[in-house]
Order: sequence, then C-alpha cells, then structure tokens
Amino acid sequence: MSDYLIEITGMKKVYGEGEAAVYALDGVDVQVARGEFVAIMGPSGSGKSTLMNIVGCLDRPTEGKYVLDGRDVSQMSKNELAKVRNEKLGFIFQSFNLLPRLSALANVMLPMLYTAEDVSDEEAEARAIAALTSVGLEKRLHHRPNQLSGGQQQRVAIARALVNHPPLILADEPTGNLDSKSSVEIMDILHNLHKSGVTIVMVTHEPDIAAHAERIICVKDGRILSDGRDGHSPCLDHKVLAG
Amino acid sequence: MKLGKIFRTAWEGLMLNKVRSFLTTLGVIIGVASVIVMLAVSAGAEAAIADQINALGANLIIVSPMRGVPGASRTLLLDDAYAIAEQVVGITGISAEQNPAPQNIRAGGVTLESIALVGTTADFPSVRDYAVAEGRYFTADEDERKAKLVVLGAGIAADLFGEESALGQTITVGTTKLTVIGVMEPKGIVSDVDYDGRIYLPINLVLQKYMPSSMLRTASVRTIYLKAESQEQIPSIIAQTTALLAERHDVDAAKPDFTVQTQQDIIATQEATTAAFRDLLAWVAGVSLLVGGIGIMNIMLVSVTERTREIGLRMALGARPANVLTQFLIEAVILSLAGGLIGVIVGVGGSYLFGSLGTMRTEIVPLSIPLAFGAAAAVGIFFGYYPATQAAKLDPIEALRRE
Repeated sequence: MSDYLIEITGMKKVYGEGEAAVYALDGVDVQVARGEFVAIMGPSGSGKSTLMNIVGCLDRPTEGKYVLDGRDVSQMSKNELAKVRNEKLGFIFQSFNLLPRLSALANVMLPMLYTAEDVSDEEAEARAIAALTSVGLEKRLHHRPNQLSGGQQQRVAIARALVNHPPLILADEPTGNLDSKSSVEIMDILHNLHKSGVTIVMVTHEPDIAAHAERIICVKDGRILSDGRDGHSPCLDHKVLAG
Repeated sequence: MKLGKIFRTAWEGLMLNKVRSFLTTLGVIIGVASVIVMLAVSAGAEAAIADQINALGANLIIVSPMRGVPGASRTLLLDDAYAIAEQVVGITGISAEQNPAPQNIRAGGVTLESIALVGTTADFPSVRDYAVAEGRYFTADEDERKAKLVVLGAGIAADLFGEESALGQTITVGTTKLTVIGVMEPKGIVSDVDYDGRIYLPINLVLQKYMPSSMLRTASVRTIYLKAESQEQIPSIIAQTTALLAERHDVDAAKPDFTVQTQQDIIATQEATTAAFRDLLAWVAGVSLLVGGIGIMNIMLVSVTERTREIGLRMALGARPANVLTQFLIEAVILSLAGGLIGVIVGVGGSYLFGSLGTMRTEIVPLSIPLAFGAAAAVGIFFGYYPATQAAKLDPIEALRRE
C-alpha cells in the first residue's frame, strides 16, 4: 500500500466551456501522507473549496487523477463515490449539520444507516456511544442539538465523522461558528485524533487555527502557491488572503 | 439499507409535520372510502335483485298499465286477465292483483290501523311462489262469487291472534266482516314490500267493496302476473299477450297503453338506477384518488425543498441516490397507506350508515378492502416518484450550501 493517503496529479476543474470556461483548479499536484495534519488556506475564489469537494468525493475533477487510499476515485460513479464517502471519509462542517429532530446518539448513528454491510441496531448504538464518549459527550447522548452548546454540537459532528473509523477526516472551517474557548476544545480533539493516526485535512482562513496543522497548503487562483511544514505560508499574510 | 430502517427514517420525516401529513392524506381517505362504499352499494343492489327474483317467482311475465299515458291505469281490466288465461298458450297460471287504499282491521279487541289489502285471483300462491302455511287460499269460484274470505300475512295473523289459530275467525276490514281461511308462510320484507304485513282478498270482492266507485265500473287491475311453463315460452307469451291486449284495448301494438315485461326488464331498470349511483361514486373515488395523489406529490415536493440540507448531509455521509429516492418514496407510500387505512374504516362505516338509512341496501365486499389498499399504494408510488427523484438528483454540494 502506498504511503500516501491522498495522491492528486494534474487536477483541473473547469466550469463552463470555450470562451466562458473558468478554471477553478488549474493543474494541482499534491500528496498527503498517512497520519498527516494538513491545513488548506487561500482567499475566497482561490479554488480551495473546489479542491475540498473533490478530496471529499462530493465532486469529480474535469481532468487529472485522484487516488484515495490506493484507489483511483476520479472517475467513479455517484454510487461508488457514496460508498467511498461512507467508508473512507468523515466530514466536519462549519455549521455542524446535525439533524435537529434527532438526539446526539441518533445523529451519530446516521452514517451506519448507509454502510454496505448491515450494522445491527445494538452494534450501531454501541459504536455511536463509543464515538460520543471519545469526544467527552457520554452524558449528552439523548440531548437534541438545540439543547447543546455550539462546541458540544461540533463534538457530536466529530463523533459522527469518526463512527465508521474512516482513515481521512475533512474539516471545513470547523471552528468558524464557535467562540474561542470552544475552538480550543475542538482543536484539542483534532490534535488527539491526529496523534492516534487519523489523517486530517482542514480548510480554514484563521491563521491561529491553521497553526495547529503540521503543514499548510496555500491555494490561489486554482494553483498551489506554497506547501510547507515550517509554519510559514504566504496565506498567513493578510495581503494574500485579501486576494 | 434494511427496509425496516428505511421505514423508520421515513416515519420520522412524516412526524415532523403531523397535521400536514394528516391533511395530505384526506384525498386518499375520501377516494378509498368511496371505492368501498361504491362496491358495497353494487353488491347490495345485486343482492336486492336476487331477492326480488326470489320473491316474484321464476319465469314470471308482468303486465301493467303504461305509465304516463292518461287514463291508462283504468284500461287494464280483470276481463283482460281472464282473456289471457283462456287464450294465451304456454302459461300455467295468472294472478291479477289490485291494491286498494289501506284499511283498519279489527278482530276481538285488537285494531290494526292502515293495513295494506291485496286483491288477487285464486292462482296467486302458485304464480308468485308464495305458499299458504295454514288453512287454504280461496278458489276461483269463491273469487267469482265475491265470497267474504280473507287470507292473512303471517305478521298480521300473529298481531291479531297471537298463539291462537286464526282459521275460522271473523275479522272486520273497513266495514265488512270477513272469515279467515288461511295464513301465508312468513316471507318478510322484499323490495320494500312487507308481505307478512298485508292481507289477501278475492280480487272481485276488493273491486266491489274497497275500490272507489269510478273504478268499480271498469273493474280495472293494477298488475297481471303470468307464469310461463318454461323460460323458452316467454317470448311467445309476450307476443301473444301484447297482440291480445292491443286488440282488446283497440290500440296500436307499437303504441300500447300497457307494458308486458319480464323480471329481467324490471331488473334492468333497477340496475340502471343503482348503476348511476355507482358510477357517480366511481367518479368521486377516481377524482379523489387523483387529487389525493397530487396533494401527496405537492407536499412531498415541499418537503424535499425544506429538507434539501438534510438530503445533502445524508449524501455526504454516504447515502446513495437510490437510498434517498427510497426514503422519499416510502414517505409517500406511508402517507397514502395511512390514508388508505383511515379510508377503509370510513368506507366500511359509511357503508353501514348508508344501509341503515334504508334508502339503499349495501353489502361490504371483503375483496374491496385489499383493492382499495392497493389503489392507495399505487397512488403513493405513482405520485411520490417524481418528488423522490427530485430529492435523489440533488447535488450534495449545492444541497449542503442551501439554507
């Protein structure tokens, strides 16, 4: 098996055709090793969202190759992509995206509804409880999202991302809707995950959040502007972020 | 994904808006209820017709005055009946009948008010397949002599004399004293006629004593029943009778002042009436199911729009388009089946109610219940499919971005 969890080569994403064609991604090459904690930064319109969507198997590239965990997913069908998302990926969103009518436990059980092999109710519940315990919410199993603080809601979302034990966690502005105290909690959880060997790719525009990652990829105009592990990145410069 | 889990998820979706879900099912409720009532009315009508054939006796031909022709009610005479009996070939008997105004009857201390009288000829029991249980019927001779005799319906005999035998007793009908010579077998109410609650008198006596004097002069009758020897004789009997009466009444056989019908003709008329009602209900059922289906489609489209984000999230978590499609399709089917269930209850209740009102006989057809359920499920699948495909077609990225 390759050391790289993510291998992207020559990736282009084009919207429109001919004269009106817009290159959201214009030739991206990037590899992410297993166990890395990567932040993707870039001004709005840089193409970082498009890159995240493709990495998250929610979208397909126009050109280029994307190998995830040893499999080329760039030309997969919608159904195959759904299976990959369910097994290989855990999503953490800025706005949590919990279903308001369901308890924390039921929200965390959702991904197991769509697994290829049938998970029994008992096993699904046990796994969901384990995931919620790992984010410190074992006493909030039956609370609904509106009975939880923002930080707790995001922890439920993290538990949901972890419940199928995916090798890759994708976090899109995970602290964007949180106060600084909750942000610290969430970043601590991500750190612990990283230490336990999970690969994390996180999009953020906040330099202090990006500083938690070991590697910062800076995207601009559909290309990778810089990719470094020294804690410095052009994207940390406000002029670059402003576009 | 297991079906049980899909059902649970769909059910949770519907419970988000309980009132809305219930209102959505109304069209299906009305449609399914209509299907059940419609079939119950049809079955009831068929049963009523079968009873009627039973009540009138088989191989019967019915001669009556033409309705809507002025004066025709007085041109069908008892003499016509005698003429038919003598001249028409292929009949085993005739029964001429006349129904005068109801009379009060008295026996001992008991008075029964407004009892129906029927004047008949002597062949009445054999022609109408309605036997005498006790005693005897009057003879043709007694009829001709206007003998003051009476045969009681089973109910009247019980009301007047209870356990005691009615035979040989004297009763006063109107102002005339009559001797009871027989009691008919119990027959009950058939086609709105209470056979047990009537009394049967010689027709000549009835014409003399109980008809208005203007009718007495002509000795007209209300109906003449002819019993054919066999089914095959019926067309010939109709032809002979029509020709004979046309000649006697001096009218064109093509434009008679009388009608000669078989039971099948009469039944056809009744069937046309119930068929009209049945067709109306069929329309109500069809339109309700259509409107109900459109209602379901409409609400499901609203639901898909409202829950776009949820759909996007489920897709991000690994739901395949087919999973989303199934979820919304099942929601639509649950709606329609719930409507079907309530509709079956309303339909069965409505059928009993219709039946008990007395205007129409209803019999619930057991098969109509699975049929109605099937129709409801078909509506759910048909009208739920489009919204479900709209949900399954959503792009997860777009859907997640939606507020």
